[in-house]
Amino acid sequence: MWGIVRQRAVDGGFSASSLRRTRSALVSARSYAAGSKEMTVRDALNSAIDEEMSADPKVFVMGEEVGQYQGAYKITKGLLEKYGPERVYDTPITEAGFTGIGVGAAYAGLKPVVEFMTFNFSMQAIDHIINSAAKSNYMSAGQINVPIVFRGPNGAAAGVGAQHSQCYAAWYASVPGLKVLAPYSAEDARGLLKAAIRDPDPVVFLENELLYGESFPISEEALDSSFCLPIGKAKIEREGKDVTIITFSKMVGFALKAAEKLAEEGISAEVINLRSIRPLDRATINASVRKTSRLVTVEEGFPQHGVCAEICASVVEESFSYLDAPVERIAGADVPMPYAANLERLALPQVEDIVRAAKRACFRSK
Amino acid sequence: MTCQVRQGLHALVVLLIHYPQTSLKTPLLSCFFFFITLHHFLLFFFFLYFFLADMAIWFARSRNIVSSLRQNLGLSAILIKRSYSSPRPVTNYPLSSRVFLGPFTSYRHESTAVETQPDLVQQSDHEDDAQELDFPGGKVGYTSEMKFIPESSSQRIPCYRVLNEHGRIISDTDFIPVSEKLAVRMYEQMATLQVMDHIFYEAQRQGRISFYLTSVGEEAINIASAAALSPEDVVLPQYREPGVLLWRGFTLEEFANQCFGNKADYGKGRQMPIHYGSNQHNYFTVSSPIATQLPQAAGVGYALKMEKKNACAVTFIGDGGTSEGDFHAGLNFAAVMEAPVVFICRNNGWAISTHISEQFRSDGIVVKGQAYGIRSIRVDGNDALAVYSAVRSAREMAVTEQRPVLIEAMTYRVGHHSTSDDSTKYREADEIQYWKMSRNPVNRYRKWVEDNGWWSEEDESKLRSSTRKQLLQAIQAAEKWEKQPLTELFNDVYDVKTKNLEEQELGLKELVEKQPQDYPTGFHI
Repeated sequence: MWGIVRQRAVDGGFSASSLRRTRSALVSARSYAAGSKEMTVRDALNSAIDEEMSADPKVFVMGEEVGQYQGAYKITKGLLEKYGPERVYDTPITEAGFTGIGVGAAYAGLKPVVEFMTFNFSMQAIDHIINSAAKSNYMSAGQINVPIVFRGPNGAAAGVGAQHSQCYAAWYASVPGLKVLAPYSAEDARGLLKAAIRDPDPVVFLENELLYGESFPISEEALDSSFCLPIGKAKIEREGKDVTIITFSKMVGFALKAAEKLAEEGISAEVINLRSIRPLDRATINASVRKTSRLVTVEEGFPQHGVCAEICASVVEESFSYLDAPVERIAGADVPMPYAANLERLALPQVEDIVRAAKRACFRSK
Repeated sequence: MTCQVRQGLHALVVLLIHYPQTSLKTPLLSCFFFFITLHHFLLFFFFLYFFLADMAIWFARSRNIVSSLRQNLGLSAILIKRSYSSPRPVTNYPLSSRVFLGPFTSYRHESTAVETQPDLVQQSDHEDDAQELDFPGGKVGYTSEMKFIPESSSQRIPCYRVLNEHGRIISDTDFIPVSEKLAVRMYEQMATLQVMDHIFYEAQRQGRISFYLTSVGEEAINIASAAALSPEDVVLPQYREPGVLLWRGFTLEEFANQCFGNKADYGKGRQMPIHYGSNQHNYFTVSSPIATQLPQAAGVGYALKMEKKNACAVTFIGDGGTSEGDFHAGLNFAAVMEAPVVFICRNNGWAISTHISEQFRSDGIVVKGQAYGIRSIRVDGNDALAVYSAVRSAREMAVTEQRPVLIEAMTYRVGHHSTSDDSTKYREADEIQYWKMSRNPVNRYRKWVEDNGWWSEEDESKLRSSTRKQLLQAIQAAEKWEKQPLTELFNDVYDVKTKNLEEQELGLKELVEKQPQDYPTGFHI
């Protein structure tokens, strides 16, 4: 359950498109602008929480093992020593309980950051997330706002079985009143978490356990304590002109790898990192599809009623006449996640699946 | 071994018999007898040696058995116990892994707990109770008496009350006195709540509002608890506490506006009737899911504690709501966090059609407080003065000692659960009548107020008729008042409207303008 995969991300986090254009297969990942640092997603999240806690005394962290244990995944490492037990609160084991308490504290004006050990356990608290947090501002006609952040790992890890591997992006993103964010790189993690903590609405922040250990280059701007990314804006990770690949979280890495493979075959793929599942950046999605005329969407979660379904519907509704090929959806298998490594691999989208789908969209294969 | 013993003994016997009889009759015979006796001597000592060696081994083995038995069983205890007909009870120790006892096992399984105490072998049974054990959570004494804590104590927790059924203060009772002004105000508000419930209920029956929920029979809890709190105390209600909001200054017109969901409703027509909420009165909006307000109250209490405010969180729950998981989480958390929260449980006997005998098997709710380490009290919820004193004291404790407090207020739900319920279907009409007439909290308190000379029949009729008139006017006005504009459909989903909501709003506006025939007349944007 603690499988940490350290890999160097080849393409992640580059904001300067010029660097991308000049890069060739021979150039290693280290050839970025001098002075640029690397940061793991874990450190990015930790620094984001740390900075927001020091800037605003109302921000506090609560969850299982966040304090003395330094966090189940070490995201809250060092915070207990720095801010004390009142602001880094180790809770008893009751998701329903501590989510309710977090919501109550938010009602009273504090800004809790509630950690779920994984979002699978958030199902035990989902009534509080939706009925007590998401709907409160609306139901109370603006009298009760809930500036709370629910964060934790989401989706499949490595060999953790069905009850620890579900992706909740589609579930939470269907609820009005919630904002749902899914970072990919360290810059995403920092910027979006800071934005989430500052936001007066309840935010569900879906991280990924396997990305925690991954290092990404990070700009000086992103290291500044006032850095913040806008909620509701997607990022074009790689520009292209033949097919649009839209995805979020860990699958962005896979999509970028697939784009590399497609480039070898002469297909120029545009990769979009959604960053924000709700509100969905329909403008960027549709602009890209109108440019390339082909769409491939990828997600780790279950296929029916997924995030990809919403993206496809949006594109068909708004950019139908621009499409040159049927929209392609790649999702996890419609089964509870199996444990055995070979079965698990088959149950999740792989780079080859994305490549094949893109080729199908370009009529290069069946 | 026995044959060796026999031979040795035989040799000894021969020796003893023959030796005195040997004489020097003939040297040959004496030599013969000498060698025979020598042989027997040697045999005897030879066999004696082995006999002793065997005995030694046997003793050693049995000593091991005995010592191991003693270590694991308390051998003496076993031997004594065997003669007892009933097994001795032992207190509830965790049973560690059992030692195989051989022939004793099947008989002694009831008292196996005794085996797990290594100290037992060191001292006698009398000194057992003085020892203490170190476990996570602190030192705990132990006993060798196996005794289960009974599922309920022989006596139920008594109920604190101040006024008897005739409205007279019970002599020697401990209570916080109320001034005339406060006492009269409390009565007025209780009577107002009664009239309000009656009129709104009738309005629902006439189809003018869609839903209503009365607090009939629980007026004392509503008003007296509110009177005992300070305005800064944050209230998280369940749904049968509109009296708390009434006390804090919510007007009858404001109640009516919420029920009709009109433009003046502070809830902007977003909620069903009776889901009142008001920031300025520190009364959180009523939320339908049961018991969710309990852990939220712990969170509010924690926030008040962190901000060092002279206030506490006060939350209400019914008897049925205590079955929810949130009840456990809320109380446990409040205790662990040492949050200033007052939990008030209105035990009114019914959760829709579920009687409390089907809700829990404990002695009500008050006994559950100690399970969480929370100070608790049971109060006569139909006695306004008792409720006032208890809530006032609980509030002081919560704020000054920064701890949660639990109050169980015993009462009866005279009305139906709501306008969607007909309680005569599951309970006797006689029972309802009894509580409505003979155990009415408003009448009981009225007697006390009147006995003090603070209230009269004239005041009564004046109050009731003016309140009734005000309510009818409020309903008429609320009914006529226009509903919310279309913009309110999309506001407050988020703090700031997101782009997709703006687009939807624009789209809907355009549609209404384009197709006015599809929308009700007077429907405005």
